[in-house]
Amino acid sequence: MSLNLRDLSQRSQGLAPGHRACAGCGFPTLIRMLLATSARPLVVVNATGCLEVVSTIYPYSAWPVPWMHNAFENAAATASGVQAAAVALQRRGRLDRLPKVVAIGGDGGTYDIGLQSLSGALERGTDFLYVCYNNEGYMNTGIQRSSATPQGARTTTTPVGARQLGKPQPRKDMTEIVAAHGAPYVAQASISHWGDLGKKLQKALATAGPTFLNVLTPCQPGWDYPPEQLVQIAKMAVETRYWPLYEVDRGVWRITYIPRERTPLKAFLEMQGRFRHLLDDEKVLAELQSWVDAHWERLEARARA
Amino acid sequence: MSAVLGRRVGLTGNDAVALAWRQIDPDVVAAYPITPSTQIVERFSQYVADGEVQTQFLAVESEHSAISACVGASAAGARVMTATSSQGLALMHEILYVASGLRLPIIMVVGNRALSSPINIHGDHSDTMGSRDAGWIQLYCRDVQDAYDRTILAVRIAERARLPVMVCLDGFTLTHSLEPIEAYPDEEVQEFVGEGPADGYALLGGGEPISVGPLALPDSYMEFRRALAAAMERAREVIAVETEAFNTRFGRALPAFVEKFEMDDAEEAFLLMGSYADMVRDAVARWRRARRVGMVRLVTFRPFPAEEVARALGRIRHVHVLERADTLSTLGGPLGIEIRAALYDRVVRPAVTDVVFGLGGRELTDGEIDGLLRAPGAGDRLRYLGVRQEGGCR
Ligand SMILES: Cc1ncc(C[n+]2csc(CCOP(=O)(O)OP(=O)(O)O)c2C)c(N)n1
Repeated sequence: MSLNLRDLSQRSQGLAPGHRACAGCGFPTLIRMLLATSARPLVVVNATGCLEVVSTIYPYSAWPVPWMHNAFENAAATASGVQAAAVALQRRGRLDRLPKVVAIGGDGGTYDIGLQSLSGALERGTDFLYVCYNNEGYMNTGIQRSSATPQGARTTTTPVGARQLGKPQPRKDMTEIVAAHGAPYVAQASISHWGDLGKKLQKALATAGPTFLNVLTPCQPGWDYPPEQLVQIAKMAVETRYWPLYEVDRGVWRITYIPRERTPLKAFLEMQGRFRHLLDDEKVLAELQSWVDAHWERLEARARA
Repeated sequence: MSAVLGRRVGLTGNDAVALAWRQIDPDVVAAYPITPSTQIVERFSQYVADGEVQTQFLAVESEHSAISACVGASAAGARVMTATSSQGLALMHEILYVASGLRLPIIMVVGNRALSSPINIHGDHSDTMGSRDAGWIQLYCRDVQDAYDRTILAVRIAERARLPVMVCLDGFTLTHSLEPIEAYPDEEVQEFVGEGPADGYALLGGGEPISVGPLALPDSYMEFRRALAAAMERAREVIAVETEAFNTRFGRALPAFVEKFEMDDAEEAFLLMGSYADMVRDAVARWRRARRVGMVRLVTFRPFPAEEVARALGRIRHVHVLERADTLSTLGGPLGIEIRAALYDRVVRPAVTDVVFGLGGRELTDGEIDGLLRAPGAGDRLRYLGVRQEGGCR
């Protein structure tokens, strides 16, 4: 299947208009891309979070595919159950076509409370795609820190004060954690690079066994940027190498987009309110920059190996 | 195993449940081991390994994931089972409400066990009593035959009531003791349970895609919860009808709600759930020459059979509620509190003494039962039986 934007827009049944995501929210783009790129029928299992809340307020649903929500931390385990049921029902002749099961969770539901459930499903080899829409915080409950929140970011549980400047710790590297499970296809993507995202979705959906996509989906109220700058801000995360685009395809690491220039991290930070308190602090900026550089170098080394 | 079916076989409670599962051949089993219910899944995984069932078996990484996978599979239209005990059931707690709220006919066998702390692996009812308000039907078994029978029966109750069911076996007393039971031929079990859940749960139904488990705001949430309460009310009828169907099919006489012994002219009675029924029944038989004493065993705890309980205790002066859990509310155990609630509106009410016994597997002795009859303590609301050191360990 080719990835042509005009074709995609024709083919896509998309997320129905009328969902209640904020203006300038990142994940609707991701969901439309997911629904447009699948060749097989999909079943979606959604963790608790913004996506679930804005897309299915009873009696409405924005989902054109079978969709279910169980709880916050168990999307992967629930997906395991759905997948097992589909296989069982097909074997007994009660289901014609085996759907692809897709679990979707925010970074909170993936990096933190749902990590055990995801790890279990990966280890069992569940045939499903897990998509993390990563807005780097618990946005649904009012912008608290998660382990995906970058160092220095202001959240409602890592406020800025005399003794602390936002979140003290750097973010967890969830994509590497999943890759370490040996899942056959693991990738990191951003909504700003739709072609790259689409190809990764296609690959992940076509691969048997557990696959994982970590997609940067900015959050307007959480990051504090003008809504119309959604795509630019996601793009700047990639250009500054803050959010590298790469894949691990059957153990082979490959950077899928290499920014032409070395744009300083500050260019990404200054587009948003959550880092405003840091922008004059050269020491902290240098620290964050060296964290980004070190990560990029490690990634490059893996990709060369 | 199949060769010996249709006649008496010696099985532990856990093995009997595993045998029932094999005969039912569920679509999906997801479980995580915990004493004393571990062997259910061990035996069953052997059936899976031997190709005796078609089941998709998920050995997951926690009880929370086990019940989560059950919810997913059941919503997808599969017939689903799991087993657990104690801390495992406590870890599932959050998702128990999701299962009943989504009206999923999941079957869970619980080998009842005490809760930490202190950690204790032995039998009492604290675990399932902690789930009593989660919207699950709860059935308590008296012996291994009962555990086998009710596991099979639970499938029809769950699927027709559209509610999840817990089949509760006293830890060790039933899960581990070997008893002769009558097992039924595979085909008869298969015929009784039928094809699998009827349509209506099917996330994968094939028609218009549905959304399961959405957000419900104050304008609709209460209607869902009221509908769930109504389903529990209707479950009474389902339990009655299906138990009758089971009895007819397999030639048994399982009581649906309460089992009565020597209650026709009784003036005082014991009321309890679970495996101590035989022992108390023997005591009743012993004391019958001297006293008009009887026994009521509660089988179904959810939905609570208030009508049947009130009728059974109609002319009793004093009832000893023997129960293996406490609420720590200072009002006594959960069973005693509910028995009182069921009797409150009656014009004639017995005195109720709530007797908490057997926590953490502490044995109930004949002497203690006799002691209750010798010194009935009709004025006592609450007694703790067999405690060696009041105010003891700290
Ligand atoms: C067990 C449990 N703990 C806490 C919550 C409250 N809660 C709901 S959504 C959420 C945060 C979700 O964050 P994330 O997964 O990053 O998704 P987002 O809100 O960003 O979409 C929290 C803490 C919950 N629903 N369940």
